[in-house]
Amino acid sequence: MSFLQTTRSASRGGGAPGAASPTSGPGVPPDGNSYYGHSIIKEPTWTWEIPVYFVTGGVSGISSGLSFAARLSGNETLARRAQLAAFATIAISPPLLISDLGRPERFYNMFRVLKLSSPMSVGSWVLAATGGATTLATLGTFTGRLPRLSLVGSAAAAVLGLPLSTYTAVLIANTSVPVWHEARHQLPFVFGASSSAGAGALSTLLAPHAVSGPARRLAIIGTALEVVSTVAMERHLGELAEPLRKGNAGRVFWAAKLLAGAGVVTIATVGRRSPAAARLGAVLVLGSSMATRWSVFRAGFESARDPKYTVEPQRRRREASAASK
Amino acid sequence: MTYTVIELDTSASAAQATYGPEAKPRMGFFTDTSICIGCKACEVACKEWNQVPEDVLGFTGESYDNSGALGADRWRHVAFIEQQPVQDSDSFRWLMSSDVCKHCTEAACLDVCPTGALFRTEFGTVVVQEDVCNGCGYCVPACPFGVIERRQEDGRAWKCTLCYDRLKDDRQPACAQACPTQSIQFGEHEELRQRARDRVEVLRAQGLLDARLYGEDPGDGVGGFGAFFLLLDEPEVYGLPPDPQDTTRDVGGMWRSAALAGAAVAGAVAVSFIGGRR
Repeated sequence: MSFLQTTRSASRGGGAPGAASPTSGPGVPPDGNSYYGHSIIKEPTWTWEIPVYFVTGGVSGISSGLSFAARLSGNETLARRAQLAAFATIAISPPLLISDLGRPERFYNMFRVLKLSSPMSVGSWVLAATGGATTLATLGTFTGRLPRLSLVGSAAAAVLGLPLSTYTAVLIANTSVPVWHEARHQLPFVFGASSSAGAGALSTLLAPHAVSGPARRLAIIGTALEVVSTVAMERHLGELAEPLRKGNAGRVFWAAKLLAGAGVVTIATVGRRSPAAARLGAVLVLGSSMATRWSVFRAGFESARDPKYTVEPQRRRREASAASK
Repeated sequence: MTYTVIELDTSASAAQATYGPEAKPRMGFFTDTSICIGCKACEVACKEWNQVPEDVLGFTGESYDNSGALGADRWRHVAFIEQQPVQDSDSFRWLMSSDVCKHCTEAACLDVCPTGALFRTEFGTVVVQEDVCNGCGYCVPACPFGVIERRQEDGRAWKCTLCYDRLKDDRQPACAQACPTQSIQFGEHEELRQRARDRVEVLRAQGLLDARLYGEDPGDGVGGFGAFFLLLDEPEVYGLPPDPQDTTRDVGGMWRSAALAGAAVAGAVAVSFIGGRR
């Protein structure tokens, strides 16, 4: 049964007597597919701070990795600039998250338990630990004191940065929001790749062109991975990809791909010689990274609002399990 | 407030067992919609007892429904569906159903709550501690039924408590006490399940072949509901999901994908350093 079909031709449970073909939305008569078009699940309450945090947290995590790898390879200048990027992005992350709470003054309740069943609980602890490690690494890098502790902090932030850049995907996938949950195995790749693209791009902006080669290549590889995993996600979603293609979310989703292509081409061609072109490409890649997160975020809301995205897949699942019994 | 615990199994029986000698039999609702008359006494009694803020929507145009759906300020909601059961005839029927929090055996809201504000009571029900909730909002899209919601002016998540305060005092929940037709039945979960299975047999024998139980089966995606229903049509007709799931059941698989993605990203960073600084 197609998603586009809003009426059901079953013999039972038809609409009100004499009712015209109903469409979706509150106020329509019951049609056997929904209760007056009301959504079944509730839309999330999260506002713009959350997709922005997806970017800042993810970019910080992978910037720490970039900085640590640059240290190991002896590229001290890149290591310092990437460290600065990691610190700046992680510093603004907690304020974003706290301001989105219904009771911001109670943010510390996140740390009264550790629940493995809650990706937000796990993520809060990961963010706190990465924040501490990044701060240690940054202090050491820019004051020159306690070099060994700084190196340990840098290594710890590099390792913790990997879950930091991907847990947000698990967080939204572990909900009843149809698009997010159905994409649960592709989303971590989309978010991780988008984070590396953003981290590469940010250090390309901050570091001198002569030493930013690894950052530029990370921006290119990350964007390529992001596009591949996004296409894989779309294919897996099938009919559920509709909210990613329609309306505002659809336009931004399309813009993300356009920006990704333009950014990668700019960095990989003229950007090899021209610092200005590399920076322009980096801005485009950062825009693509943000647009990807934003469109996935908004598409989730769309899929939560329309009951057909909840009912149709569940009905098919129920029928399949009834048939196999 | 001062303790830290790592919660692993949050399902009803496992969590109830942690109460030791203070554990009580699991309590629940059996809402038999075949005898609901749509009086909304349950909605009113719930609001009165629990001091739930008013939220009258006015005229919705959706039959006699003027409260729309469950939410932060509606812990019982009576649905009204006007139907023509036999097509191309003058037949007409009215489905009425009092919806409520399902108090799932495996509760998605409770699983994802990062503060432990949502907890499993000694009665096996799921309750929010309003002095702990920090309004993160994770429970809201986690619930497969759209029951729990953040209250706008208050910032915290609210839902049915199955009248936890009344249960502690050996009283039945306000909605069940107010129900004039015993459409809302309160009692021990296991006893209610048996009663529901008997009732559906009676209705089928009387010719109501579409009568079915919803949420009585522990084999469903949330391990069965603590508050389950007898329906006369498909769940989606009542605004209920046909096959609800506690998505935390496969959170392990999601973490595995995240670990693979993390490894891929680490590889991408390493590969970026091939070729030197330029």
